[in-house]
Amino acid sequence: MNLYSLWLPGAFLLVMLTSRFQTIGEDRRTSPIAKVDTLPTHFGFGRPATAAEIARLDIDVRPDGKGLPAGEGQVLTGKQIFAAKCAACHGTGGVDGPNGSLVTTTNPGRKRPEKTIGNYWPYATTVFDYIRRAMPFSQPGSLTNDEVYHLTAYLLQANGIIDEKTVINAQTLPRVVMPAQKLFVPDDRKGGSEIK
Amino acid sequence: MTKKRIQLEQITGRLSRRAMLGGAATAVVALVQTASGKTIQQGVSISELLPDDPTKQIGTLAGEVGTRSAFEKVVKKPSDISSRSPLQDFYGIITPSDLHFERHHAGVPAIDPAKHELLIHGLVDKPLVFTVEDLKRFPSVSRIAFLECSGNFRSGKETMSPQDICGLTSQSEWTGVKLSTLFREAGVKSNATWFLAEGSDAAVMTRSIPVKKGWDDAIVAYAQNGEALRPEQGYPVRLFLPGWEGNTSVKWLRRIELSDQPFMTREETSKYTEPIKGAEPVRRSDGPGKYRQFSFDIDARSIITFPAYPKTVEKGWIEIRGIAWSGRGKVARVEVSTDAGKSWQLATLQEPILDKAHTAFRYVWNWNGVETEILSRVTDETGYLQPTLNQLFAARGDTISYHFNPITAWRIKSDGSVLFKPEP
Ligand code: HEC
Repeated sequence: MNLYSLWLPGAFLLVMLTSRFQTIGEDRRTSPIAKVDTLPTHFGFGRPATAAEIARLDIDVRPDGKGLPAGEGQVLTGKQIFAAKCAACHGTGGVDGPNGSLVTTTNPGRKRPEKTIGNYWPYATTVFDYIRRAMPFSQPGSLTNDEVYHLTAYLLQANGIIDEKTVINAQTLPRVVMPAQKLFVPDDRKGGSEIK
Repeated sequence: MTKKRIQLEQITGRLSRRAMLGGAATAVVALVQTASGKTIQQGVSISELLPDDPTKQIGTLAGEVGTRSAFEKVVKKPSDISSRSPLQDFYGIITPSDLHFERHHAGVPAIDPAKHELLIHGLVDKPLVFTVEDLKRFPSVSRIAFLECSGNFRSGKETMSPQDICGLTSQSEWTGVKLSTLFREAGVKSNATWFLAEGSDAAVMTRSIPVKKGWDDAIVAYAQNGEALRPEQGYPVRLFLPGWEGNTSVKWLRRIELSDQPFMTREETSKYTEPIKGAEPVRRSDGPGKYRQFSFDIDARSIITFPAYPKTVEKGWIEIRGIAWSGRGKVARVEVSTDAGKSWQLATLQEPILDKAHTAFRYVWNWNGVETEILSRVTDETGYLQPTLNQLFAARGDTISYHFNPITAWRIKSDGSVLFKPEP
């Protein structure tokens, strides 16, 4: 499997450099006798995507800030929007709502702390990306970019990550270091005898 | 019960109006003829449809779609966010499409296939848009494989069925175009290491996937068990990643973006991450430990689906039946214990034993009527042996989280009742 996946991109380059029609041994991995199919690299199906249609759909935001739109957010404005559009489901101040807390509290009554933005989210950009794509749950996709920036600023401040004066925009958001980032490690399970 | 319209012209003439208005519970909705000769839809009970002798009466005419027998009450168990497959009611290894488990984050969207498009862009030579028809023109591929939600484990009480404990796994034959074919078509650049898969539901579901999986065995699927995908399974197009946690097989797929890093979406940070043994304390109640991210592979698992709660058994010969699977390859063997784990015997595996697929196993047992416990455990081709719940706790701390695949034990009581035995 490893060999196959290393081999394919290589084959692809080769195909690009030589001819339009190149033999690709699709079934070499499984078949003992190499089956030789003559498959074109390009079938010519589909149509080129225009820059405008990519921009309309390309709403994701990466940790390095790629994808963040123009605009900016203030903590206090975010607080007001949150009370109006989010608190019914996520609680006053983002604590103990019917759909889960978004703000970390040190509630000694709980066996373990609830996972929230403050103690569990490794990247601040995810806050912007997720609210813009999926919230409010009852009206997804209804917020303006500025509203999302305001809400992001408020939720970061309420979680004690930024102060009340910090303005959140495409430059400042990727620079916010989240307390939980150091908690995450990549999966290292590989099968075999060890239970991980 | 959901009302189903079935054509019953041949026998409706014989159903008396009185019988139709009778007290028996409505079983099906049939086309019936009224006294004035008008054809209407009406509920009728099973007993009214049943002739005394089926060989003495012409049966139902051929119809446009088949229906499940009115005697078979197999249903999924829905909650707000998911719906669980009735594993205890299945035979063989293919899940009937309408009984495939569901998990979605903002409901099932209604999508017009004529308007749906898949955009592939980012680190590619040529960003492309495919219609569903475009995707169907490419060379196609079919494969039988399981799909399991990584949050597929419930426990806590004795009166739980296989459906309750692990009904978030199902198996289909998936048909579509290899993602590698689309990668070549768009010209994926050599520095692309991850891609984002994005759905067209109200959650606009997104996951980051290593590009290697795309070249390896990912499918952009448009069909399931011989017909178009069911809406609950991503109609008209979904990603299908064999052996990987279900959430990564993004449904209602609308966009693929090639990138040189993961996007760190909410579903791969806040969710679908789980505690593990780390540098910090293992017991979560003592504070945060380490959390595993991008845990794609489904660890090997098996479960006995018969006998299992709520069924009962009788003393004598019992065929113990179940399914086993691994996200890392084929099932190598399944062992069954009928003495509470003191000794283990090899179960018979039913062909086909497919890569990353539910595999049926069976073990014929002569029960002497004395209370006991029966269990199954699978070993996959990597040598991984399905753990106990306590082994999982030892490795990951005391929180039940994603990727919990423990051995399931059933208590057979001397009266023949079967109860789930949650591990302490
Ligand atoms: C109608 C109820 C409702 C409203 C209103 C609502 N949410 Fe949510 N929110 C939810 C639900 C339900 C989820 C969980 C969704 C899931 O798991 O897929 C959620 C999840 C979230 C999460 C992710 C939490 C986590 O730890 O992973 C964030 C962040 C969030 N909402 C922010 C907001 C913001 C900001 C607003 C206001 C603009 C808002 N929500 C309004 C119901 C709501």
